[in-house]
Amino acid sequence: MSTTTMLQLLGSGMLKTAAIFFLTLLFALPLGLAFAFGRMSRKGLLRGVSKFYISIMRGTPLMLQMIVVYFAPYYVFGMRISSGYRFVAVILAFVLNYAAYFAEIYRSGIESIPRGQHEAAEVLGYSKAQTFVKIILPQVIKRILPPVTNEMITLVKDTSLAFVLTEVEMFTAAKQIAAKETSILPLMAAGFFYYLFNLAVAAVMEYVEKRLNYYK
Amino acid sequence: MQDKVLEINHMKKMYGDLIVLKDISLSVQKGQVVSVIGPSGSGKSTLLRCATMLERMDGGELVYLGERAALEEGGKCVYAPKTDLKRIRKHYGLVFQNFNLFPHYTVLKNVMDAPVSVDKVPRQEAKERAMTLLAQLGLEDKTNVYPHQLSGGQQQRVSIARALALQPQILFFDEPTSALDPELTGEVLKVIRELAKQHMTMIIVTHEMQFARELSDWIIFMEQGVIQQQGAPEEIFTNPNARVREFIGKFAG
Repeated sequence: MSTTTMLQLLGSGMLKTAAIFFLTLLFALPLGLAFAFGRMSRKGLLRGVSKFYISIMRGTPLMLQMIVVYFAPYYVFGMRISSGYRFVAVILAFVLNYAAYFAEIYRSGIESIPRGQHEAAEVLGYSKAQTFVKIILPQVIKRILPPVTNEMITLVKDTSLAFVLTEVEMFTAAKQIAAKETSILPLMAAGFFYYLFNLAVAAVMEYVEKRLNYYK
Repeated sequence: MQDKVLEINHMKKMYGDLIVLKDISLSVQKGQVVSVIGPSGSGKSTLLRCATMLERMDGGELVYLGERAALEEGGKCVYAPKTDLKRIRKHYGLVFQNFNLFPHYTVLKNVMDAPVSVDKVPRQEAKERAMTLLAQLGLEDKTNVYPHQLSGGQQQRVSIARALALQPQILFFDEPTSALDPELTGEVLKVIRELAKQHMTMIIVTHEMQFARELSDWIIFMEQGVIQQQGAPEEIFTNPNARVREFIGKFAG
């Protein structure tokens, strides 16, 4: 296998890794907020369901969750699974899993905002929605950036789990090349790519944190 | 023209079995300054929190400018519909002990955002109003800084400006200087004095006895959820009942 082919394989694997990463964030970040609201709801049923959901998602392997999401349409609904569904299942499982983690991060952030902020907004006449969007959420975002960065970095590395549904992301690509070439170098190269990716993630998040440093 | 800005009748508040406010009745006339004094745990702050509807009372009546926010019906306390409460809320403002400024907004935005977002005042007008207020409170050079860059006294003045920007009919102060160094207390008291001169109707929960005495038209001494004594400052301070004398004596040192 020529170096160019190897780089091409690794490159396309990397693209898939990036796709899983961005799509997961795109859906899991808002979905996590919804679960956080459920988890903090005054309605006992909603709170219980959200709590149960989060505990299952955090308490079982993501790999298993992917398999369940992939086979559920067949076993539950008797539907035929098309091969195009594989990537969808990967994203779906990642989103459902990461949303649970994000939900708890949001919750910790929201609960850390002093009551006085809600009360000040209430007396000034802000509606509940205005209070959350204008007053609470911006402060929450600032506070949760470090734990969210942690999750994002874990997510980059977790993308390698997509191999269970035979999605060839970067690590799987590297493994295939390594097997063919009987060399460990492709794996090291993949490791280097992950590191670069995460370096970029950390740099971006650090920049965002700095941008939000104008207040305390 | 309604002269009675606030009327509270038989206000009652419980936390579980604990009775925090027993039977509080008071009324505040336009332009009056009323101070509420008393030991910690006497229910002063709870009274303010119930009056500003941050807490729901368990019994009694709450009336602003003739509009009933809550009334007693069949032994139960019934609040007016949400839309009415929203309107009634506009009658009053509250200044907190801990300021509770919005840390992510500049001083100017803290003051002008509620008028714009809540009262739909045109931005330019809200800005002018805020600038005027901030200038009055000696903060004209601080409009573009964030709350954490200010001293406690300055922060409290911003929070007073924020409350005034909504042009309330009555302003509540919940121990406005308790979180401040003695040095910074003066600048906040000065602002409140200035407001009194402009005949702003105010209810002030405070531990500043001398201040309450010189500024107030009426003083309410609370203890264990009831009004122990109330009256004009001279009456309270020159002719206090035994319990009030003991309390005031502690402050005189």
